[in-house]
Amino acid sequence: MPSPRYTREIPARYRLAAGRCSGCEKVVYPIRRFCPSCRGEKFEKLTLSRKGTVITSTVVHVPPNDFLMEAPYAMAVVETPEGARLMTQVVDCDPSTVLPGMEVALEFRLIRREGRSGILCYGHKGVPA
Amino acid sequence: MRDVAIVGAGMTRFGELWDQGLRDMFVEAASGALSDAGADRLDSLYVGCMSGGQFVGQEHLGPLMADHLGMTGVAAVHVESACASGGVALRQAFIEVGSGMSDLVLAAGIEKMNDGADVTNVLATAADQELEVYYGVTFPGLYAMIARAHMQRHGTTEEDLAWVAVKNHRHGAMNEKAQFRREVTPEQVMASSLVSEPLRLLHCSPVTDGAAAVLLCPLDMAREFTDRPVKIVATGLASDSMALADRDDPAFLDAVQKSGQRAFQMADIGPRDVDVAEVHDCFTIAEICCIEALGFVEEGKGGPAARDGITAIGGQIPVNTSGGLKSKGHPVGATGIAQTIEIFRQLRGEAGQRQVENARVGLAQNMGGSGASSVVHIFEGV
Repeated sequence: MPSPRYTREIPARYRLAAGRCSGCEKVVYPIRRFCPSCRGEKFEKLTLSRKGTVITSTVVHVPPNDFLMEAPYAMAVVETPEGARLMTQVVDCDPSTVLPGMEVALEFRLIRREGRSGILCYGHKGVPA
Repeated sequence: MRDVAIVGAGMTRFGELWDQGLRDMFVEAASGALSDAGADRLDSLYVGCMSGGQFVGQEHLGPLMADHLGMTGVAAVHVESACASGGVALRQAFIEVGSGMSDLVLAAGIEKMNDGADVTNVLATAADQELEVYYGVTFPGLYAMIARAHMQRHGTTEEDLAWVAVKNHRHGAMNEKAQFRREVTPEQVMASSLVSEPLRLLHCSPVTDGAAAVLLCPLDMAREFTDRPVKIVATGLASDSMALADRDDPAFLDAVQKSGQRAFQMADIGPRDVDVAEVHDCFTIAEICCIEALGFVEEGKGGPAARDGITAIGGQIPVNTSGGLKSKGHPVGATGIAQTIEIFRQLRGEAGQRQVENARVGLAQNMGGSGASSVVHIFEGV
């Protein structure tokens, strides 16, 4: 991933920067120009809580090349208390225990490495709460 | 809109076609469609392909394919909507003929997946790169999450999923173009290796090379080319949020419902009027979600449909008589056109052992990504 592209994503990936639509209250993560619910353009800035509930999940046994060393690993859609949903790995537990309804904390973690001289890519991973 | 008909069809065998490149497959399918109709000219050509750029490093497919078909000079353009590229190519051709802009338009779909590309990564470009793929999810992973949500919400079981594969392999075993012409048992499906829980290898469509093409013209010109034209009566296209996490109910495919409703409204019919359907079973769970969203069964009732025989040939609504993506194969950009050809054959009474008796109205539904795009066409025998 070229560094300009990586840099642009830092507020959302490092700090879980989101927005609450002033028109319809929908929490949008990451922030974007138009609210996907009401097309409003006014947002109140908001930082998501570093926790949430698993909505749905899977255990990936056949991974992309960048994640070969990690398989099998659990992935989940997690909903934060603010109502935003995000895709995340859930680690530090038996992946088969990651099921809908599980409570997780979202920790700042290394997500992937880009080859020998590429940048280290960070973001969030879920861990059992 | 003028009435529009399909008057010719051609396709390659689906599978690992080591002796044919992207252009060779296109030429076989496209010249097959032209000679099927006895046509020697074209006004325009659409090529649906998900990613010639990433699979074989080739873009600018419109003029390249026109050139190799010996049709240099015609209007030719590549259209892309991930795995729905073929269906969208058909829609563009339909609109172009229907509008009166052109008379003879070829809609083709092609994909070369077995030339050494990293297939998992290429397919993942149809998901959200920043919000999904970055964190390590794959396409089977996204559909696995849809499956688990469906199981949680509606009580769908692993056995229900397995029966979709069993049924589609039964159908595909009778299709000489299919990649996997063999039946599988529920036990084999449920013992196959895990890809992304709860999905196993035999819940997934394969990696496939292939091409398919159909020739369209105004219905009132159709008798010049064939005595059995098939009329395209409706098209519907819809989109949904790209990221699975952004959908209120991950077990429901909203774009499939919207595209179906748009097509049914245009055709002025309902799901009960359909005699035979091809739907986008890239994974077994996808067929279950699609037949619900299209209204062939009630929401939440798609799970047992294959096991109960509702969607088998001879059932209430035969689905994926071709073998579907599961058994026939899924050269992603070609799939929408291959589905159309199965319906074309069915409505002309040419489907051999797979023939659905008295099939008069057919539907094809083709989907991109984890359901972010869906396109539906409805056809009638003339």
